[in-house]
Amino acid sequence: MEDVIIGLEIHVQLNRLQSKMFCGCSTAYHDSLPNSHTCPVCLGLPGSLPVINRKAVEYGIKVGLALNCTIEEETLFYRKNYYYPDLPKGFQISQYDYPLATKGHIMILGDDGAERNIRINRAHMEEDPGRLVHAGTIDKAKYTMVDYNRCGMPLLEVVTEPDLCSPKEARVFLDKLKSILDYLDVFDGTQEGSMRIDANISLKGGDRSEVKNITGFKGVEKALSYEITRQKNLQRRNIKVVQETRHFDELRNITVSIRSKVGAHDYRYFPECDLAVMRIASWVPAIRAALPELPDVKRERFVKQYGLADDHAKSLTSEIKLANFYEAVAAQASPKLVAVWIADVLKGELNYRDLSIGSFQEEHMAEIVQMLEQSKISEDGAVQIIRTLLDRIGIGGSPGEIVRELGLCKAEDDAVQKAVREAVAESAAAVADYKAGSERALNFVVGLVMKKTRGKADAGEVHRLVKEEVDKA
Amino acid sequence: MQGKHNTKNTHRLKNPALDQMARVFGRKEPLYLIRWFNAWDDMITREDVEHIGWLASIKIEDEEKDELVEHFNTILDYFHQLDEVDTEGVEPTYRVVDLANIFREDAACPSLSQDQALKNAPRTENGYFKSPRIV
Amino acid sequence: MLSELKARLRAESCEEYLCRLFERIEKSSLNAFTTLAKESALNAARQFDKNPGQGLLAGVPIAIKESISTKGIETNCSSRILRGYIPPYDAHVIERLKAEGAIIVGKTNMDEFAMGTSTETSCFGPTKNPWDQACVPGGSSGGSAAVVAGGEAPCSLGSDTGGSVRCPASFCGIVGLKPTYGLVSRYGLVAYANSLEQIGPLTHTVEDTALLMEVISGHDERDSTSAEGARHSYLPGLKDGICGLKIGIPREYFGEGVNKDVEKAVWEAIHTLESLGASWQEVSLPHTRYALAAYYVIAMSEASSNLARFDGLRYGSRQEEDKDWHTTFSAIRAKGFGPEVKRRIMLGTYALSAGYYGRYYLKALQVRTLIKGDFMRAFHEVDILASPTMPIPAFKIGERINDPLSLYMADVFTVPINLAGVPAISVPCGFVGHLPIGLQLIGPHFSEAAVLRAAQAFEAATSFHEAKPEVI
Repeated sequence: MEDVIIGLEIHVQLNRLQSKMFCGCSTAYHDSLPNSHTCPVCLGLPGSLPVINRKAVEYGIKVGLALNCTIEEETLFYRKNYYYPDLPKGFQISQYDYPLATKGHIMILGDDGAERNIRINRAHMEEDPGRLVHAGTIDKAKYTMVDYNRCGMPLLEVVTEPDLCSPKEARVFLDKLKSILDYLDVFDGTQEGSMRIDANISLKGGDRSEVKNITGFKGVEKALSYEITRQKNLQRRNIKVVQETRHFDELRNITVSIRSKVGAHDYRYFPECDLAVMRIASWVPAIRAALPELPDVKRERFVKQYGLADDHAKSLTSEIKLANFYEAVAAQASPKLVAVWIADVLKGELNYRDLSIGSFQEEHMAEIVQMLEQSKISEDGAVQIIRTLLDRIGIGGSPGEIVRELGLCKAEDDAVQKAVREAVAESAAAVADYKAGSERALNFVVGLVMKKTRGKADAGEVHRLVKEEVDKA
Repeated sequence: MQGKHNTKNTHRLKNPALDQMARVFGRKEPLYLIRWFNAWDDMITREDVEHIGWLASIKIEDEEKDELVEHFNTILDYFHQLDEVDTEGVEPTYRVVDLANIFREDAACPSLSQDQALKNAPRTENGYFKSPRIV
Repeated sequence: MLSELKARLRAESCEEYLCRLFERIEKSSLNAFTTLAKESALNAARQFDKNPGQGLLAGVPIAIKESISTKGIETNCSSRILRGYIPPYDAHVIERLKAEGAIIVGKTNMDEFAMGTSTETSCFGPTKNPWDQACVPGGSSGGSAAVVAGGEAPCSLGSDTGGSVRCPASFCGIVGLKPTYGLVSRYGLVAYANSLEQIGPLTHTVEDTALLMEVISGHDERDSTSAEGARHSYLPGLKDGICGLKIGIPREYFGEGVNKDVEKAVWEAIHTLESLGASWQEVSLPHTRYALAAYYVIAMSEASSNLARFDGLRYGSRQEEDKDWHTTFSAIRAKGFGPEVKRRIMLGTYALSAGYYGRYYLKALQVRTLIKGDFMRAFHEVDILASPTMPIPAFKIGERINDPLSLYMADVFTVPINLAGVPAISVPCGFVGHLPIGLQLIGPHFSEAAVLRAAQAFEAATSFHEAKPEVI
């Protein structure tokens, strides 16, 4: 979309860390009682002082390098001052000047099918505020409840330049970012609230609006689509788009204005004097050397090394665990075939059941593909084995056992041939109909063969054999 | 951090929040956000006092405003003697003792119990702090 | 004096001593204590009587300024907005005191959130100076100084952001030290201006201050501004004398604006030091006259942020409301804070706000660099500096409170020290009539040993520290 300008601010919770950004409270607060993961520091009690989590800074550098950013030699924390019930100190410790990482980029496939470079303005560290629970909707609730368990969680804020041109591109970008973060193992994307997005969108020549705190990539796409429509409508009616902050209502799929006073965002940034500066230039070489092979590089290698098609390679490298799974299995069976069966079949079955790749064993996959290679089972049979194994998680079983149990062994050729001959002989009427021009009549014969072989024969193969036999006669 | 900040000695300095917006979107900051205060003659007015009260989250009664204007202007006038000092090229001192790289290790420690966390709160409900409505 | 007390407590009964102390406190008209921890103190005293232990402060009662967090004891910074707040944790210095066997007697009155020079902005009303109860004891640690001078506790802790330990020490005729920034952990000190403040002891003698410093100083990993290094030892070498010590007399700290009697007493003190083997010379700290403005801009700016957490949601007092959170919290803060605190928060907010950050806050920080530079340069020529602590003796209660600027001006000799982060001690050196005068000795960063040694030498050669107000 040529006249749409989108920029994103993504807040990533570094929830693979054990403790919070500035205190020792555990990061495993989900499923805990409210306000049971706090201490004087993250609760902002009078007299408390923050201390920086070293590993959080290491993670920040890792992400910055993976996003092709420049890491600042000397970086520091600032106070971002504003009042809100979820902010116990009345300020958030964040970064402003000299943030951890700047001027990076990610390549994505644009709407037009060409590679596009999306620039990253900065990635900086900050702490999460608490969580508000409204009795109803934000604008109707009589009061609000506050839970500070989340307060102080380490956040990395990634800010893009306004380089994105459509809601779909925004979605593609987010998928890519998530994939990179997954590879770096700094964040567990399955946890609630682990990634929150603010989206800024404007139409060319118009003012921008900001939609805050969207959780979920689908939400981003919907919110942006709604905003484009809303802004276009205003433009058409010659009404100026007001520069404002909006909230995405997930239930109604619309954005709603949060009326904010002019001048609301004077954050009065100044350096956080309770914390020392961080001189981290010397950390960068070691962290860079320890970076894993990132998705783009891995995808290219898969194409080269395994001879895979680009879309298979892309699908298999979207998550590091999936990529590792693939490579382990591809070492034991034909890589191209393995790719088909993981990317086109297994992945779909897992998604349908809302399971992760960890629910399936590499050995099992290898065994299945090997049996296919050796024509010991049919394709349908393979699908059935996969489904059965997934349905029986926790109960156990192996492909071999299931083949025996369900009788999936592909029927011997001779037996099939015999069944075909018999069926053709028994179906004179159907054969006559076929010869008279009815293709469908053949299906009757195929059905008969399948009955005779108790479904073990490969249906496609049978159809071919029947036709051959009938045509002979 | 010694000196790594904007040291330009001008009145019209960038608004930090707008600066970020401007950098991301390449647009000039809206004038109305810079000219809240009557900057040219540095005198605080009643409107300024109202706005500062709003920004500081402190309610100011009507009767207090005039006295506040007077006090503020007297004190700010005293502060203006800093203008006499030549600070060209002088780095600001944010931290009087230069420490760097003070960290803690990433290890979880026991937290306060829910009771302890809520103990001093005037209003709570079901383990939450109870706040007035947002809007 | 503490060493004698320690011996006495072991020989006699700590519990009885404390009972008498509490009787005295309860009869007192000084209004110096805000909260008494009578039960826990007497329990601790009984424990001590059974088993004294080897702690450096075993059995010694100590009073703590309201702004230092004490677990289980109300900590309200003499402000309505924090009334009823009971911290679930001890400040680092409190942990240190307890580890050495000290007994917390109670919390002492202060200017609200440490903003003041007279302890008149407290929501509990002013504390009275034991030397003249119509006069202020100084501030903001006025309560801590008054309890020591008034015989209600043998020692206390205060905090010093712009002179808040040294000023009351001077006005009350006792010893008060502001350590080098970072020497004593601020973990648990309710912040007013976090780049300026330090916790410091208030005692009758220099030796007592040295002892307390041994207990409370040293690295704390919970405070990222805490200087490296283990606890420091100040008692050995304390009485080594000052032969060859070079003293600088900053010309800007004398002359116009200084009370004549104060100036005279301080000069006599300098001559006393000279007679003990030191030499003196005039030095200049040329940016002194800008220190007050720079200090207040920085302190107010930091305060506006440090006090943003007080909104009645997680602690403190709160009245009923039917409005949105911003309206409600604004009303709570308006009612809960006193006028001086509100003024400073608002001015600080203004100084940091859009378009003004460079004009005020950044400028003040640049001036701070110049002021710190003045001290560093002076310390190339001399070992320590000497000056009056306060330009005037204690003034009458109510005399300056309605003129904020005149109150700020009294800090003229104390605030530069906080801006530079150097250590400074106030020792009694004379009287204006019946009101005490303080001599301020200033050293380079982490030179507490030298500063204490000089103060000790002066004290040993004089008897001002032995004078007691009539109230005792």
